[in-house]
Amino acid sequence: MDFIRQPWHWSVAGVLIGLTVPLLYLIGNKPFGISSSFRHICAACLPQTKFFDYDWKKESWNLFFVFGIFLGGIVSATLLADPNPIKINPVTQQQLADLGVTQFSQLEPTDIFSFKGLLTAKGFILIVVGGFLVGFGTRYAGGCTSGHSITGISNFQLSSLIATICFMAGGFFVTWLVLPLIFKL
Amino acid sequence: MENTIEEGKNNQSTTETAAANFKYILVGIFFGIVFVKSEVVSWFRIQEMFRLSSFHMYGVIGTAVVVATISTLIIKKFKIKTLQGEDVVFSERPLNKGNVIGGLLFGFGWALTGACPGPMYGLIGSGFFVFTAALASAILGTYTYGILKDKLPH
Repeated sequence: MDFIRQPWHWSVAGVLIGLTVPLLYLIGNKPFGISSSFRHICAACLPQTKFFDYDWKKESWNLFFVFGIFLGGIVSATLLADPNPIKINPVTQQQLADLGVTQFSQLEPTDIFSFKGLLTAKGFILIVVGGFLVGFGTRYAGGCTSGHSITGISNFQLSSLIATICFMAGGFFVTWLVLPLIFKL
Repeated sequence: MENTIEEGKNNQSTTETAAANFKYILVGIFFGIVFVKSEVVSWFRIQEMFRLSSFHMYGVIGTAVVVATISTLIIKKFKIKTLQGEDVVFSERPLNKGNVIGGLLFGFGWALTGACPGPMYGLIGSGFFVFTAALASAILGTYTYGILKDKLPH
């Protein structure tokens, strides 16, 4: 069991994530994509506007799928939990420590990504503002990392390649130029 | 046209029963385990990616794209049918300014939260319950986009 509990190699994860694309095509004619779940939750739970006026029940497979991801998270953190601390690249760890991150043992820096951290200015920006931008941006862009970067590019969609380049450009910009300002708050 | 589902659209013409949906929970569980065990859900791994100090994320995404592309080409070439006997539908994705503007905004959010949509669900399951706030905010972000859509450049 130790083999499966330790962090998985990128090639194993890449192959398994890649195979999810044909698997979903073949078991039910579904293109792999996750961000649509946000829209279906809006359509199901929030006051209707034109953009959310469609038959979300027909698309409900996506909600079952993301519920499964949540359950997979539970399995990973219990049955398959790795007892060892995460290994972070020393250069990145030093850069983050210089910014003011103090917790480096778990998947997340728990000094920021916790309910206590949420009440600080930087925690609020990273979690709430960041979450808002993910939800707003993905729908504006027409997809997320799964829908554009994996499914779209594998189907040779130019829009997906452009969106992916912009995901990366946006991420580099915030990491290098905006995070230092946020961590000064 | 107004209400195109551009991602994850259900292209199956056979009606799907509620029970049939359980297979997507199983795929989701498998997928969630891969996500968490390969640590792509981690804020640190995303930071390493944007700081160009680890190959891990590039390896995961690059391999996934290669495997997905080869699989897609095989399905197209041999006209492999779905379990229900249907032709697989490969959705076109519209090219517009949103790919750039929305893509940049998504990238900003990705670097801040260290999580794209899939990892948010996986992280909540893994016990990082504060990601319920990120998820709620992401849903609100999508809702805000839905309200503003017609006023935004596309």
